[in-house]
Amino acid sequence: MQNEVVLSMRGIGKTFPGVKALNNVDFTLRKGEIHALMGENGAGKSTLIKVLTGVYAKDAGQIFIDGVEGEVSIRSPQDAQKAGISTVYQEITLCPNLTVAENMFIGRGNYVTVDWKAMERKAGEILENLGIPARPKQQLGSCSLAVQQMVAIARAVDMDCKVLILDEPTSSLDDKEVAMLFGLMRDLKARGVGIIFVTHFLEQVYEVSDRITVLRNGELVGEYEIENLPQVELVAKMMGKELEELSELNRDEDEASDAGEVVYEAQQLSSAACTNPFDFVIRKGEVNGFTGLLGSGRSESVRAIFAADRVTNGKVRIGGKETKILKPIQAMKQGIGYLPEDRKDDGIIADLSVRDNIILALQVMKGFFKPFSQAEADAFADEYIKALEIKTASKDTPIKSLSGGNQQKVILARWLLTHPQYLILDEPTRGIDVGTKTEIQRLVRKLAEEGMSVTFISSEIEEMLRTCSRLIVMRDRHIVGELRGQELTQSNVMRTIAGGVD
Amino acid sequence: MKNGNQLKRREPLTDTQLLLTITICIFIAMYALAMIFLGGGFLRFQQVFDMLNNNAALIIVACGLTIVMIGGGIDISVGGVTALVVMSCIVHMNNGGSIFTAALLAVGIGLCFGLAQGYLISYLEIQPFIITLAGMFFARGMTTIVSLEPQKIAHEGFKALMKTKIEIPWLGYIAKKGNLIPARMEIGVVIALLIVVIVFVMLKKTRLGRNFYAIGGNSQSALMLGVNVKRTRFYSYLISGLLSGIAGFVFMMHTGAGNATNAAGAEMNAIASSIIGGTLLTGGVGNVIGTFFGVLTLTTIKAIVPASGLTKPWWQSITTGGMLCFFIVLQSVVLSQRAKKKAKAKEGTKQ
Amino acid sequence: MANPAQKKKMDWSKYSQLLLPLLSILLIVVFNLFRDPSFFSVEITKNNVGNTVLTGNLISILNGASELAVLAMGMTLVTAACGGQDISVGALAAIAGSMFVKVLRSGEITIGSIALAFVCCCAVAIIFGTFNGTLVSVFKIQPMIATLVLYTCGRSIAYWINGGATPTVESPLINAIGSFIPGIPVPTPILIVIICGIIFALVFKFTTLGLFTQTVGINQRAARLNGINTTFIKLLSFMILGVCCAVAGCIGVSRLGLINHETLLLDVEMDTILAVAIGGNALGGGKFKVSSSVLGAYTIQALTTTLYAMKVPSTDVKAYKAIVIILIVVIGSPVVKAFFSKLWAKLKSGKQVKEAA
Repeated sequence: MQNEVVLSMRGIGKTFPGVKALNNVDFTLRKGEIHALMGENGAGKSTLIKVLTGVYAKDAGQIFIDGVEGEVSIRSPQDAQKAGISTVYQEITLCPNLTVAENMFIGRGNYVTVDWKAMERKAGEILENLGIPARPKQQLGSCSLAVQQMVAIARAVDMDCKVLILDEPTSSLDDKEVAMLFGLMRDLKARGVGIIFVTHFLEQVYEVSDRITVLRNGELVGEYEIENLPQVELVAKMMGKELEELSELNRDEDEASDAGEVVYEAQQLSSAACTNPFDFVIRKGEVNGFTGLLGSGRSESVRAIFAADRVTNGKVRIGGKETKILKPIQAMKQGIGYLPEDRKDDGIIADLSVRDNIILALQVMKGFFKPFSQAEADAFADEYIKALEIKTASKDTPIKSLSGGNQQKVILARWLLTHPQYLILDEPTRGIDVGTKTEIQRLVRKLAEEGMSVTFISSEIEEMLRTCSRLIVMRDRHIVGELRGQELTQSNVMRTIAGGVD
Repeated sequence: MKNGNQLKRREPLTDTQLLLTITICIFIAMYALAMIFLGGGFLRFQQVFDMLNNNAALIIVACGLTIVMIGGGIDISVGGVTALVVMSCIVHMNNGGSIFTAALLAVGIGLCFGLAQGYLISYLEIQPFIITLAGMFFARGMTTIVSLEPQKIAHEGFKALMKTKIEIPWLGYIAKKGNLIPARMEIGVVIALLIVVIVFVMLKKTRLGRNFYAIGGNSQSALMLGVNVKRTRFYSYLISGLLSGIAGFVFMMHTGAGNATNAAGAEMNAIASSIIGGTLLTGGVGNVIGTFFGVLTLTTIKAIVPASGLTKPWWQSITTGGMLCFFIVLQSVVLSQRAKKKAKAKEGTKQ
Repeated sequence: MANPAQKKKMDWSKYSQLLLPLLSILLIVVFNLFRDPSFFSVEITKNNVGNTVLTGNLISILNGASELAVLAMGMTLVTAACGGQDISVGALAAIAGSMFVKVLRSGEITIGSIALAFVCCCAVAIIFGTFNGTLVSVFKIQPMIATLVLYTCGRSIAYWINGGATPTVESPLINAIGSFIPGIPVPTPILIVIICGIIFALVFKFTTLGLFTQTVGINQRAARLNGINTTFIKLLSFMILGVCCAVAGCIGVSRLGLINHETLLLDVEMDTILAVAIGGNALGGGKFKVSSSVLGAYTIQALTTTLYAMKVPSTDVKAYKAIVIILIVVIGSPVVKAFFSKLWAKLKSGKQVKEAA
C-alpha cells in the first residue's frame, strides 16, 4: 500500500530558446509520501513543476497518474486540477477580501446562487477535520500567512487531489507556523495524499520528507531515501560535486590579513526583511562573501547594510564613526554601493539609455540642481563602456535591449562611477555567460587590490572561493559560521552550510 | 494573541462591514444633529422621502458604479449616459413614441454603452478611466446632437405616470391647518429601492456577485481560483451601463424635461456616494447598502449646509469635496493601520 | 563599433515619438487643403484697436491651443512620474484665475500689480497642487481618484474666492496679455507658450528633473535603491502642474477680461490627457517628451478648429473627439498590438512559405 505509485513522469524534456531546461528527467511519487524536490537555481525544479501543472507544454516524455488509463495530457492548470494535481504557491493565490469559506469554494462547480450556510458548514467540517485554526466566516486577510496557506491546502484537499505540490510554502513563515504546516502535511500524508515539497531549507527537508529527488542543470541526479542521504552529501549533489572528488583548492594568494582598517561595522543590524539581528565587519581592501543556499538570508543581510529594506534596529560605524543609515541615499553618501540581486526589478531602468543608466547613481549623489552636461555624461559612459567592454550598439540604446550580462555590467559601471569605498555585489554573475563571469571576478579582485572593500554573493561556491578572502556562511536566516584563510575549502563550506553533520 | 482571537465568540468585522458601519454611524449622527439643531423639515418623514424622490436616479447610478468599483474598475460615463437617455426618450415620446418603446430605448442605450465599454476595457485591456471618460464625452456630445434645445415632455400618459405618487398616511404630518398631509413617494423611488435590493442580493448570494469581489480583491488570484476574470469584469460594466439607462428613465419620470446639462456631475456624485458608503477604490470591498447610505449622507450634507446658514451657492460642493477627501484619506489610513497591526502581531510572535 | 549609418539611425529613433502627433497634424492639414485650400491662409489686418496683426485659421489654432499646450507640459510630467493623470486641471485653473482677478480688482492695474497677482495665483495653485500630490505620493491614492476631490469642489472654491458673480477686469494691459501687445503682430498667448517652453527647456537643462522623473516612472523600486526621493519627485510634478494651471488660468482670464468659474477652461482635463496620449507618452508613466505633448495639444486644436470650420456646433465636438480618443487608445492597446504583430508575423511567414514553394 505504502509503495503504490500515484504519479510518474518519464523522460520529461523541455527546451527554451537557447536553453535545455529539462533533459530526460524521471520523477516518481508514491501514495502517502512527502517527496522533496531539490536543486539550486536553474536546476529545473520550477520548470518540472510547471510542466506538471500545465503552465508549460512539455517537449518530450510522458506523465502517468494513478487511476487514469494511459498517458495523461495536461495542457492547462484546469486540466491539472481535473487530473487531481493541486498546487499551493509561495505567494498566496487566494483573495484576501473574501471569507475563508468562500476562498475554499469560489470558482468551483456550476451554481448560480451561493448557499452560505451549507458552504460555511462544509468549510467548517473540512477545517476542523484537518485541524486548521481558521473559522469559515473569518476574512482571509485577517489570518496569518501560515493559516492562509493552510486554507489553500484545504481547498486543494477538498478538490480530491491525489498529488499536492507545495512550492516553497515555508519561505515566509516563522518557526511556529512551519511546525503547524508540517503537522498538516503529515496528516495529509497519513490520508494517502502524495506531496511534492519544493524548498530551499535543508533542515525542513530532513524534518518531514521521506524521499528526495535532486535535479541539477535540468538533469536528474538521482532519487534517494532520506535515511540514505546525509545532509552534506545532499549539498554536494545539488552543487554538482561528489564529496570524494573535492580536492582542496590551493589558494593563490596570501591569507587575508586582519590588519586593514575597518571600513564598515554593524552591530545587531536588522531590517523588515532580515529579522534576525547580525554583526558584521569589513576591512579595507577585503573581499568578503555571504554564502548559503538560496533563501538562507544572505541577500536580506546585505540589503539591510544598504538600507534597501526598512532598517529596524542596529548600530552602524563607518570608518570608526557612528552613522545612521536608514535610506539608500545615506548609504551612498557614505560610499557604499549596492548591486541588487533582482536585476530587472531593482536594478535597470529598462526604457532609459545605457548612458542614463550609468550616470544615475552619481547624478543622484551630485544633486538635483547639478546635472551632468551631455558631454560629461557621454564621457563617463564611453569610459565605462570601454573599461568594462560593454557590448552595446551605442550609449543611446535602451538598456532593455542589451543581453543580461551587459545589463549587469552597466549596473556595475553605475556603482563604480560613484567610486565607493565599499561595494556590495549581490549575485552579479547570475544568468550571464561564462566569459563575462570571469571578467567580473577578475574585476572584483582588482578593485580590492586598489583598496576597495567588496562583499560578493554568488550561488556558486567555486566562484566564491576564487574571489573571496573570507566567507560568512548562512543557513535558515542565521549566520552559522565564518571561514577564512586555510579553512576556505569547498568541503568545509559545504559542511558548514549543511550544519556540520558529516 | 492567536489563542485570544479564537476564544472570542464574535467574528471581527470584515473590511466591508467595518466601512459600512462607519458610514451608517456618521449618517445617523449627522441626521440626528440636524434634527436637534436645525429642526424644521428634518423632523418630518417627508424630508427623507424628498431626498429619495430627488435622488432616485442617483441611487440607481451609484449602484451600478458600486459594482464596477467592487470589481476594481471605474465608470465615469454614467452621468453622460443618463443625460443621453433622458434626451433621447423625451424626443422619442414627443415624436409619437410610446412609454414602452421609450423604456426599451433607455435600456437599449444603456446596454450599448455597457457592452462597448466593457468589451474595450476587459478584452482589449485598456485603462477603464480613459475609456469611460471618452464614453462620457461621447454621450454628452450625442445628447446635444439629439437636441440642443431643452425639451419638455408632451406625452399625456407619461405625464400621468409622473404625477402618480404613493401615499403613506401614517408617515405623514399634521399641517398647520390641521389636515393630514401624507408622505409622498414617487414611482422612481420604488424602482430605485427595488434595484438596491436586487443588487444587494446579487452581490451577496450569487456566484457572479461573489466573483466581482474576487476579481476586485486580487484578479490574479481569482484567475488561479478558476474565476473567468475577463467575463466577470465585462459583466460589471454591462450592468453599470444597464443601470445608467434605467436611471435615465427614472430621472425623466422625476423632471419630465430634457436638457443638455441633465445629470451634470452625476458621475462624480455617484463615485463620491460609493466612496462614502465604504466602497474601496482599489476594489474588492464595498456594499450597495453602504452606497444607499452614501447617497443619503451626501444629500443630507447638501440639505444641512444651506439650513445652517451657509447659503452661498459654493458651500455645497466645497463641503462635498471636503467630505470626499475625508473619506478617501480615512479609507487609506484605516486599511493601512489594519495591515500594520497585522504585521506587528506577526513580528510579535516571532520574538 | 557603431558605424556611421547606424549612428544616423539612432539619432532618428530619438525623435520617433514625435511621429504620431506629426502624422495626425499632417492628416488634418491635408484634409483641410482638400476641403478648402484657403484654410491656412494668413492675412495681415488691422484690428479694432488699430494694431497690425496676423489673422487666419492657422493663427487661431496656435492661439487657441495656448492654454492646452501649457497644461499639457505639466500633465506630461505628472503622467510620467505617477503613471496617472490629474483630472482637476480645469478646476485648478479656475481657482488660479479667480485669485488673479481678486488681486487685480483690489487696486489699480499696473504691470506691478499684474506681476503680484500672478505670483499670488501661482502660490495658490502650488498649494492645491501639493494637496493633490500629497494624496498621491503619501497616501498612495491613484492620481485620478485623488484629484477627483478638487475636480468636485475646485470650481466652487473659485466661485468662493470671488464671492460670486463673474467679476471683470478691464485694462489695456490685461487685454494685451489676452490678445495682442501693441506693435507685435503675434497673439500674446502664443508668446507665453514659447516662454513656458523655454523655461521648461531650461529646467530640464539645469536640473535632473527629466532623468529622475523618468526613473521614478519606469522603475520606482530601482529609483529608491539609487537614492532618489520618489515621494518628492511625485510631489514636485504636481507642483509644476499647479504652476502650469496658474499660467493657463491667467491666459484664459485675460482673453475674456473676466472670470467665469463655471466655463473657464471647461472640460480641458480631457483634452490635456488626450494631448499627452497623442504625444505618444505612455499613460502608465515612464519615458516622456514634453515637446511631443505640446504638438499633441496643437493637433487637438487643429481638429477642433476644423470641426468648427465644417459648421459642427461647439457642443457636438465632444462626441467626435471621443471617437478619436477611443481610436487612439485602441490602436495603442497591448492586445491589439500583439494581434497585429502576430498577423504581421503570419503574413511574413506565409510569404516565405510562398517564396520557398
